[in-house]
Amino acid sequence: MSPPVAPLGWSRWLVPPAALSVHLSIGQAYAWSVFKPSLESALDLSGTQSALPFQLGIVMLGLSAAFGGTLVERNGPRWAMTVALICFSSGFLLSALGAATEQYWLIVFGYGFVGGIGLGIGYISPVSTLIKWFPDRPGMATGIAIMGFGGGALIASPWSAQMLESFGSDNTGIAQAFLVHGLTYAVFMSLGVLLVRVPRPAKTAADGGPAPLEGVQVSANSAIRTPQFWCLWVVLCMNVTAGIGILEKAAPMITDFFADTSTPVSASAAAGFVALLSAANMLGRIGWSSTSDLIGRKNIYRVYLGVGALMYALIAWVGDSSKPLFICCALVILSFYGGGFATIPAYLKDLFGTYQVGAIHGRLLTAWSTAGVLGPLIVNWIADRQEEAGKSGESLYGLSLIIMIGLLVIGFVANELVRPVHARHHIPAQKEAVDVHERQQPA
Amino acid sequence: MSTSDSSPPDSSPSGRRGLITFAWLWVGAPLAYGLYELVRKATQLFTG
Repeated sequence: MSPPVAPLGWSRWLVPPAALSVHLSIGQAYAWSVFKPSLESALDLSGTQSALPFQLGIVMLGLSAAFGGTLVERNGPRWAMTVALICFSSGFLLSALGAATEQYWLIVFGYGFVGGIGLGIGYISPVSTLIKWFPDRPGMATGIAIMGFGGGALIASPWSAQMLESFGSDNTGIAQAFLVHGLTYAVFMSLGVLLVRVPRPAKTAADGGPAPLEGVQVSANSAIRTPQFWCLWVVLCMNVTAGIGILEKAAPMITDFFADTSTPVSASAAAGFVALLSAANMLGRIGWSSTSDLIGRKNIYRVYLGVGALMYALIAWVGDSSKPLFICCALVILSFYGGGFATIPAYLKDLFGTYQVGAIHGRLLTAWSTAGVLGPLIVNWIADRQEEAGKSGESLYGLSLIIMIGLLVIGFVANELVRPVHARHHIPAQKEAVDVHERQQPA
Repeated sequence: MSTSDSSPPDSSPSGRRGLITFAWLWVGAPLAYGLYELVRKATQLFTG
């Protein structure tokens, strides 16, 4: 399948909504928890069992992004968005069948395995194309798309809850809700499939042949052999671990932190805090990523990691004496968490060029999978041990905060070690120009 | 860039403006709904 080349006069401002239609859909994954209580009561499941479809989905996201990146580069964004649409929607339809027949394994397989492939391919599908359309503002362009992934949960969370309320929380109601999700997301994502276009290939003025891409270009296979790739892997992993540590445990954390004070936090206020963190996460994606176009990628990661560490230190230092300060610091940390996700494709483009940036991004997302395990593990394990030791309130989290500061400092050092890629990893200009030209010819 | 055939990056002829508006509304409307629900929930931090 050859990538769809934009006709003359095609506006690049049609590409971000195409990307958003996919990211706003697959971002639903973070709202899976809405289905958990209904599934647990309808199919007699434990909390661990009901989390399985989401966990498998995230594992498949990392694997399909890492291993499918080269295919996405070869076949183009329309192919990738079509695969994402089919897999993500089929996942819901299989889950509907599973819920209707009370076969829970089918929900795990459908949503987790099949839908998870849609998550991974969908996540990386527009990145390379956006960077090529917006060479002057790559941070802003990828920030818009990746903001969509954060926004997807904001939409799905109330929408899914209302649907379960209407259809009922028994297995038939859940099946109907899954069915509506699958069909709606298929229609919604089809906008992306129909709209997405790659820019017209540049040609040399001299002979009309394919012009080489500007700047350094490195293939995905070479990129993973460079220290720069692994430095960025550490940067992303540390930044995400630090953010996820707060995000995953936000409600109990703010409740515990101020439990021993004169102004304890109620359950509904804690839910409001979680919502505010989601907003900071989403706004950080577009805001900080766009800022990186102005101040540079290395500098913005210095801010994410350096100021992030300071924010954690401030929380540890001030403790439970100031609730507004705690909330402000947490919001800044979460905005850096989102910004870190959204800025990494532009950082990769700066270092490795646009040649196979989507595939390289896919491979780097294994850092996200690692952080997804590390962050919650650190915070939960330490909080449990501290509780066993008889501690309460803010002292449950003191050690976790110090560990997060350490992780951010490691990330800061890794960012400082990033240097331009050595010339031996660059691909010859003519080979890359011919490859790009061949990919954009009709089959 | 040495191009003779690439699209002008910011070109949006009037024929495309309708499509651009439709596409942004398509994704903007559900996002606005999500943000509205988020703001409603977030205010609980100050009232709850």
